[in-house]
Amino acid sequence: MRILFKTSYDDDINLFKHNHHRFWYILLFVALLCLPFLISDYMVGEFTNVLIWALAGMGLMILVGQTGQASLGHAAFLAIGCYSNVILQSNFGLPFVISFPLAGLISGLAGVLLAIPTTRLHGIYLAIATLAASIIIEDIIVLAEPITGGVSGLYAPDINLFGYSINRYVDPSAFYWLTLGVVLIIVLFYKNLLRSPLGRAFAAVRDSEISAQAMGINVARTKAVSFGISTAITGLAGALMGHFAGIFTNETFNVIISITLLLMIVVGGVGSIHGAFFGAIIVAFLPQLLSFFRDWIGNTFELGSIVIPGLESAVFGCILIFFILFEPMGIYGMWLKLRTWFELFPFYRRDMFRRQKSYLKTERMR
Amino acid sequence: MSLLEVKNVTLKFGGVIAVNDVSFNVEEGEVFALVGPNGAGKSTLFNLISRFYDPFEGDIIFDGESLLKHPPHDIANLGIARTFQNIELFEQATVLQNLLVGRHRFRKTNMFSELMFLPSVKKKELENRAEVEKVIDFLDLHPYRDKYIAGLPYGVRKVVEMGRALAINPKLLLLDEPASGLSTEETQDVAFWVEDMKKQMGITILMVEHDMHLVASVSDRVLALSDGKMLAMGTPSEVQNHPAVIEAYIGASDDEAVA
Amino acid sequence: MADLQLIMSGLANGCIYGLIALGFVLIYKATEAVNFAQGDMMMLGAFIALGFTNSDRMDLPFWLAVPMSILLMGCFGYLLDRIIIRRMFGQSQVSVVILTIALGFVLRFAAGTIWGHEPQSLESPFAGRDVSFGGVVLGLDEVVVIFTTVLLTIGFYFFFNNTKLGVAMQASSQNQLAAYYMGIPVKRIQSLIWAVSGMMAAIAGILFASKGSIDPGVGLVGIKAFAAAVIGGMGSLPGALLGGIIIGLVEPFAARYVAAGYSQVAPYLLLFLVLVFRPHGILAQIHRKKV
Repeated sequence: MRILFKTSYDDDINLFKHNHHRFWYILLFVALLCLPFLISDYMVGEFTNVLIWALAGMGLMILVGQTGQASLGHAAFLAIGCYSNVILQSNFGLPFVISFPLAGLISGLAGVLLAIPTTRLHGIYLAIATLAASIIIEDIIVLAEPITGGVSGLYAPDINLFGYSINRYVDPSAFYWLTLGVVLIIVLFYKNLLRSPLGRAFAAVRDSEISAQAMGINVARTKAVSFGISTAITGLAGALMGHFAGIFTNETFNVIISITLLLMIVVGGVGSIHGAFFGAIIVAFLPQLLSFFRDWIGNTFELGSIVIPGLESAVFGCILIFFILFEPMGIYGMWLKLRTWFELFPFYRRDMFRRQKSYLKTERMR
Repeated sequence: MSLLEVKNVTLKFGGVIAVNDVSFNVEEGEVFALVGPNGAGKSTLFNLISRFYDPFEGDIIFDGESLLKHPPHDIANLGIARTFQNIELFEQATVLQNLLVGRHRFRKTNMFSELMFLPSVKKKELENRAEVEKVIDFLDLHPYRDKYIAGLPYGVRKVVEMGRALAINPKLLLLDEPASGLSTEETQDVAFWVEDMKKQMGITILMVEHDMHLVASVSDRVLALSDGKMLAMGTPSEVQNHPAVIEAYIGASDDEAVA
Repeated sequence: MADLQLIMSGLANGCIYGLIALGFVLIYKATEAVNFAQGDMMMLGAFIALGFTNSDRMDLPFWLAVPMSILLMGCFGYLLDRIIIRRMFGQSQVSVVILTIALGFVLRFAAGTIWGHEPQSLESPFAGRDVSFGGVVLGLDEVVVIFTTVLLTIGFYFFFNNTKLGVAMQASSQNQLAAYYMGIPVKRIQSLIWAVSGMMAAIAGILFASKGSIDPGVGLVGIKAFAAAVIGGMGSLPGALLGGIIIGLVEPFAARYVAAGYSQVAPYLLLFLVLVFRPHGILAQIHRKKV
């Protein structure tokens, strides 16, 4: 086991806990950079998909994991980011470098706008309010047909990046690198948030609003800021999602997507950046994995092609139930335990991660 | 001029009068204790000073300025810190992070510089940590520095809560039952800390406490409350021997109070 | 006259939303868990009844299939609590929500695999028949829905106020610990409440399926019913029914007097407004945390 021997306050706030970490994360990043040279174009597309979902997941994670505000409506902000990015490019002729951050900004502002009236709501009430907002925005997209194309949807134009045109089908690697760059920047922002006063204010609001207030934190404003940052990141993910899908309609961002996003970060592990990525891997690769197994079973037992509708979400549901019951920290929690087990071998104890359970914690009293 | 002046404060919940026309002054540099049976309105007074409730009548003046025009999250900025009776720590954060939240009122950086973690943010963070480290030293919290609150025993949580309030760098510290549920040794520690806060740090302390030994050993003045009304005010021994106080604690008639 | 028929069909729809919402509220009141799968449990109840009674399935008599499916769903609710939900004790409300959403996915899949994904109708004796009251022609199914809801409401009122079990349920919903100290078997009561709400889901499902067709995805109506529960105030049984009826009435009138596209949004717009201006619903009990 490595023992952290802190010699200055810098040690507490550096990006990496120690050099060992730095080495592995830089290696991972280099591997991700080289990925397009190693795998097929189709798989590059799949990895891009994972990154986009992880981006959206990080957005939601800031709200749910860091600030403790449940949202069942984040698909709405994917939609706002996606539509505003494409509309700014197609209707206003703005280049991607401007439309993309603007899309994030618009989405973030929309998030703040939603946060203002809902700031008094907690837990399940907030979840249902955001769910309602998501459904309302989906309908607004249909009703605002002249700009949004209604149910027939919109086409995303090719990305024009400093004169270099990127289409995700023609040049999947370029789109992958673009996405990777955005993801890297957001991860850095997220890490910085965690070690700065704002991140601590989020945690304070999450764990006890009443004492956050007594510590001089403006709870309503902090929640609004959290909503803003969260939805801005989700909006960026939505913009990339639009370019990734090529064509999108109101249905692309329905309630099910909102729900999937929330379930995704729960499976991954609420409260950690890792969780967003683990969850995204499950969401993006589960259909592939299942169809692989289906084909394999079909071929081995000569059953032909098997089609089982709804199987994906059912398997996803089962995975989720398993995690909530047996590993509430999600895949990240499993990963932590596994790592500790290896580091401490053979001294790992089963109850090392056990936390005190707080029984009779009522949420009716606020 | 007194540091804190509570003037004729009354608070009603529905038909119940929780605090009835209470007035007292806390002088700068003293330890002032509120005592009284359960439901006497002691914690409610704290919540009034923290601005969680609006008084029905009366005024609360801190440092010559009425608190009533400030929203609850401004109270810490004015230099009033508090602890809670039932411990309201940030459970899913470490001791260090909890204490750092106390430094929130010294936040000068904005969201954008923090997202970028500019050098100015880093400088400020190092400052915050140096300050918090003093509190950790003072309260002997080193062994728990990077532990999550959720795994800490009750006694330590109480201390962390006091530490978080100290990190605010308060002029006035409100301690809500700092010794409840603590062992005799731990209560001793609390008594020493309270002395040191008063003498070394120059913090004025307003405290709610049931442990009369602690109250008698640390406080300069005591106010006894019962059913929201003031019973007696004075030195600890004066209040302890006041007939109205004895009556409120022991019962209405002497026949029942066979000591 | 057209408005009257609109009111009646809105009322009938609203009663179904209200019945599902009642299931939500029952569980919420007693255990603080929010069962997002209530809509899917309704769907399951409807399919079980359909499987019993439809002529191309088991072809049992309708009046035998109804109690059987209600009973079966009661067992389902009981076992669900015993096996899964009880383990969640002490965890946050939102994790229970997520768990039940996942459960809904699984139920939808199960129903689709057993009964197929195409829309189907329940062969009930009152489907497609009309009755006329003084010149107003109404669907028999709608009348039955409203009548059943009224009966159930009265039944529930008596159950909670006049039976030992009902009073015990009320007690344990108001203060679990105190109820436990008074010798009420709180855990078993909670399982029983899940059973009752499973039965409610079955009744709502049977009524829903005899008014129109159902498919495994129909459980999403649960979201609307949940909106109803919130509009009425999550802790209030009459509030749930009221909320359901409000939503049921708002839908057709928004479609008729605003524009067709608005009937879908209107309930959620209403929900949003209620949450903003009366965060705990119309008939709410508000508590404040004590520090």
